[in-house]
Amino acid sequence: MVQLASGTQFGAHWVRVLALVLGLWTLVGTTQAAALKIGLAAEVTTVDPHFFNTGPNNAFLHHVFDSLVDVDADGRLISGLAESWVAVDATTWEFRLRKGVKFHDGSELSAEDVLFSLARPAQLTNSPGSYTSYTKPIVASQAVDRYTVRLRTATPYGPLPLDLSSIFIVSKKAVEKTGTEQFNAGPAAIGTGPFRLVAFHKGERIELARHEAYWGVRPEWDTVHFRVLASDAPRLSALLAGDVDLIEAVPTADLARLKTNPRVSVTTRTTWRTLFWHLDQFRDRSPYVTDLAGKPLDRNPLKDVRVRRAISKAINRQALVERSLEGRAVAASNINAPGIFGYNSEIAVEAYDPAGAKKLLAEAGYPEGFGLTLHGPNNRYINDAQVVQTVAQLLNRVGIRAKVETLPLSVYFGKARASEYSMALLGWGSLASDFTLRSIVGTPDADRGWGTWNWGRYSNPAVDALVQSALESVSPEQREDFARQAAKLALDDVAVIPSHHQLASWGLRKGLKYDGRVDEFTYAHEVRSVK
Amino acid sequence: MPFFILRRCLQAVNVLVVMSLLVFAGVYAIGSPLDLLVDPQATTEDLARAAAALGLDQPVWVQYGRFLSRALGGDLGDSFIHGSPAIGLILARLPATLELAVVAMLIAVGLGVPLGLWAGLHPDTVGGRTIMAGSIVGFSLPTFWVGLMLIMVFSVQLGWLPAGGRGPTTELFGLPLSVLSVEGWRHLILPATNLALFKLALIIRLTRSGTREALQQDYVRFARAKGLSTGRVVGVHVLKNILIPVVTVVGMEFGSLVAFSVVTESIFAWPGMGKLLLDSITQLDRPVVLAYLLLIVLLYIVINLVVDLVYALLDPRVGRGGSGR
Amino acid sequence: MSAADQAAVMRDHPLRRWIRAYADSRLALAGLGLLVLIVAAAIAAPWLAPQNPYDLMQLDMLDGRLPPGSVSGDGELRYLLGTDAQGRDMLSAILYGLRISVVVGVAATLLALLVGMTLGLVAGYFGGRFDALLMRVVDIQLAFPSILTAMILLALFGQGIDKIIIALVASQWAYYARTTRSVAMVEADKAYIEAARLLGLSTLRIVFRHLLPNCLPPLMVVAALQVAAAIALEATLSFLGLGLPVTEPSLGLLIANGFQYLYSGRYWISLFPGLALLLTLLALNLVADQLRDVLNPRLRKS
Repeated sequence: MVQLASGTQFGAHWVRVLALVLGLWTLVGTTQAAALKIGLAAEVTTVDPHFFNTGPNNAFLHHVFDSLVDVDADGRLISGLAESWVAVDATTWEFRLRKGVKFHDGSELSAEDVLFSLARPAQLTNSPGSYTSYTKPIVASQAVDRYTVRLRTATPYGPLPLDLSSIFIVSKKAVEKTGTEQFNAGPAAIGTGPFRLVAFHKGERIELARHEAYWGVRPEWDTVHFRVLASDAPRLSALLAGDVDLIEAVPTADLARLKTNPRVSVTTRTTWRTLFWHLDQFRDRSPYVTDLAGKPLDRNPLKDVRVRRAISKAINRQALVERSLEGRAVAASNINAPGIFGYNSEIAVEAYDPAGAKKLLAEAGYPEGFGLTLHGPNNRYINDAQVVQTVAQLLNRVGIRAKVETLPLSVYFGKARASEYSMALLGWGSLASDFTLRSIVGTPDADRGWGTWNWGRYSNPAVDALVQSALESVSPEQREDFARQAAKLALDDVAVIPSHHQLASWGLRKGLKYDGRVDEFTYAHEVRSVK
Repeated sequence: MPFFILRRCLQAVNVLVVMSLLVFAGVYAIGSPLDLLVDPQATTEDLARAAAALGLDQPVWVQYGRFLSRALGGDLGDSFIHGSPAIGLILARLPATLELAVVAMLIAVGLGVPLGLWAGLHPDTVGGRTIMAGSIVGFSLPTFWVGLMLIMVFSVQLGWLPAGGRGPTTELFGLPLSVLSVEGWRHLILPATNLALFKLALIIRLTRSGTREALQQDYVRFARAKGLSTGRVVGVHVLKNILIPVVTVVGMEFGSLVAFSVVTESIFAWPGMGKLLLDSITQLDRPVVLAYLLLIVLLYIVINLVVDLVYALLDPRVGRGGSGR
Repeated sequence: MSAADQAAVMRDHPLRRWIRAYADSRLALAGLGLLVLIVAAAIAAPWLAPQNPYDLMQLDMLDGRLPPGSVSGDGELRYLLGTDAQGRDMLSAILYGLRISVVVGVAATLLALLVGMTLGLVAGYFGGRFDALLMRVVDIQLAFPSILTAMILLALFGQGIDKIIIALVASQWAYYARTTRSVAMVEADKAYIEAARLLGLSTLRIVFRHLLPNCLPPLMVVAALQVAAAIALEATLSFLGLGLPVTEPSLGLLIANGFQYLYSGRYWISLFPGLALLLTLLALNLVADQLRDVLNPRLRKS
């Protein structure tokens, strides 16, 4: 680690020399600055890194700011501004900062900036989407010296490093007396990230320039321009016309056509976003379960694990991902994506088995099936309305008279979280399966933040206990083992029905290379040019 | 005249208050934006905190009261999603929408008046009939479908024009405009044409019937009998007769152009305020929806007032005490 | 009265006159013919359509996005106009979609007519404070673009054919109220109404037997135009995703579903439903146009 630190310092020095040379070149006008233009699929709403916690915001903020702990393209934790961390005891974590890290204004990062940044989310009381859930476990913090920070939690808490990968470190000096507006305007937007902010035009475009004193790998690009192109068609045509060099979220319908275009290339990879079905398992009469004539059924078949298993068997996941999703997903067995912390590879994808499904339904006392309405959003996930319709088609084949209702997300989530549905589709992206399990299948307890998205209110004390053990393990190996056991237990019970993992895609001008990231983020500093 | 204006302004305030009440109640009933805004891991405590931060923990009438008192000071609230003043967000998008609507209106008037005149002067010729048949088709074309077909033909098949977006803009007096560059026009022309079609049909019909009516007036017949050239008859008497209805339509329909740009903007990904409205509705961004609607109502009222004043200038007979519509 | 006299009277019967005047224009007759065909197709959709596009049992996702003329995977069905992403036969979907359009257009118009006419009659005949209040509301309503009213209402109610009808009625009733009121005001001052009052006829009788028939011609013109407007508005709202549920796509939603496939050359999903919608609106507008000329003598061609 020490070697690494001196290495970067050396690198930083080199960079400065290089910058000087480059600067001279530019003055003479003999070289063209390397510029990268990126078409974003969703709006970046703010430059304040502690104001509004959304995926598109975080993806952008990673260009300007760093966190103590970083996440690699596969979702594993790597060192960020902290070169190492260790649990000193069960409730105390120590983070050792990189030395010589420079902010965009030239000042050096110190433990004071870190403490300030960790405390700031809680002070932004008008935040519409707060970052406090990541900082809340910390009950005390202390700067041991300029480069060492100690954080205490009330109870043993293993995921703290992961939580801290979501907290951006800002310059205390630049931010202390300012607000969100000053970030958007520029003066407060002082980070340690690979790029510094040049201009932010909300909803339209963002301009960045390379941070020449960046501590990490030097990005290839002198300037980066983000353009917000939320609609599919213009984003694609901007790429084809050469207005941008790279776009995220290539429209599904155009993937095939794009792959044959010699001027562009497409990168796809599996992401963390996993879709699954919640099933009502707490009511004796479920609101959208009927008999074959459409009258409410006086018992809830979804409480029977055989019926849940039958539904799972009735879903032809292979056909679903190939047809409805046009190859932009892979069939799922877990509720976290492969490679994510706690993914259990021992669980197999449920095979398509309509005969088996019918048999199970008969065993459970529904040889003729029953009526059921499936709910899903229509503007959230890849081809979501089609996925819901296709699953309904498939359920009809085993005798379950399935109907469909899809709604805009704004209405859907509200009703789904109030558990108003019988069978409903949810997509989830997380970097740790114990987190996912706590939210999705943990016994609902709003005060503790358990089961907050457990729409079907599945409840199993054994699963809860395993998840709890995982969260309390400060040893990563131990923690992952507990998480895998919990996932197996819950899915053997068909607590939810995993459907598929979404793929993300990026379209690039020929001559560029981007490997993609499991968190779907588009990082300009990870884009390379190739010969 | 001052009394007339004053009375109209009082009416306007009434309408705005009623509108705000209705819309507030309406948007309030849709649902809570909290589920969309708050972090998935949030606990009850976090939810309560966020609700308090946005003022959502208060009963609806308290929220409305707060809104109204602040609105009087020109503050229509902060967007839940963006965290900045809703009115600012909308005004930032206003130039794009206005530019689109103005260009569409110019297309509609620029083509509609000459075509309508010609059809009115030559009602029984093939040309006149074709123009009229065309205007009926224009009335019947579903705007959004025409938008798709324009994209299919000019962008996908022929590849002549971009499929959407606004392209580069040039600043003029601080306003970003597309009309000042060729590239800007290439982006503007399809959506503007799309938006103009319906109004074009309307103006053709209006101009035609106005022309025909004028030609039957005694003074026009007399002027013609006296041997005045057709050009002069049309230029002086006919044009004067059709000016009032055309001005009315341009005024009245301008508001609806702005409203219908919601559709065109969403097809062509035009970064205007219609698109903002749609996004805000799906995200339940209440303050933005509210501010948008109030702004539209205000725009309507102002336009109506202006139309009435222009009316009065064009035709002294139009009563100033009447309702003026 | 001789047969010839009777024939002469019949010939001069207003209805007769209207029909003759209507038949004046061949274009208008063609429009009427087209309209009858479309309505017939819409009514007969369950018998005409090769498939029930709303029954998920009959759809096969493996047949999704087939071009026009393709044969289904089981070889039983030829998709003349292709299929959508869900494997829905476009021809069937369009026929059923027309059905929705016609139902929505007619139901919304009749309801709006009923509400607007009743209010307008009362306001026009009695005047006074109710009249002033109503006209204020009408002004507000008309000052507001119908698409915005409908959008907000649908965002409130959610999806469904009943909800979209309510939204359409809410955004259109004012046109009828204003038209009826202005005619009723003029008629109420005329001698025959005065005479009826003096004769001691009940108010209800005066309003419905004498006032109403005189209001009908202009209302019919407004209604004919508003059916087209209602159908177009429903399609637009469905296109924006605010109208009908995905499993029962109306024409607007079919077009919207095809939007994302337009760029990859799968034109049929958007093109055909759009043509069907265009023909429907065109037929309605042609009919309405001629009706206006026929029923409104002032504007009649000289």
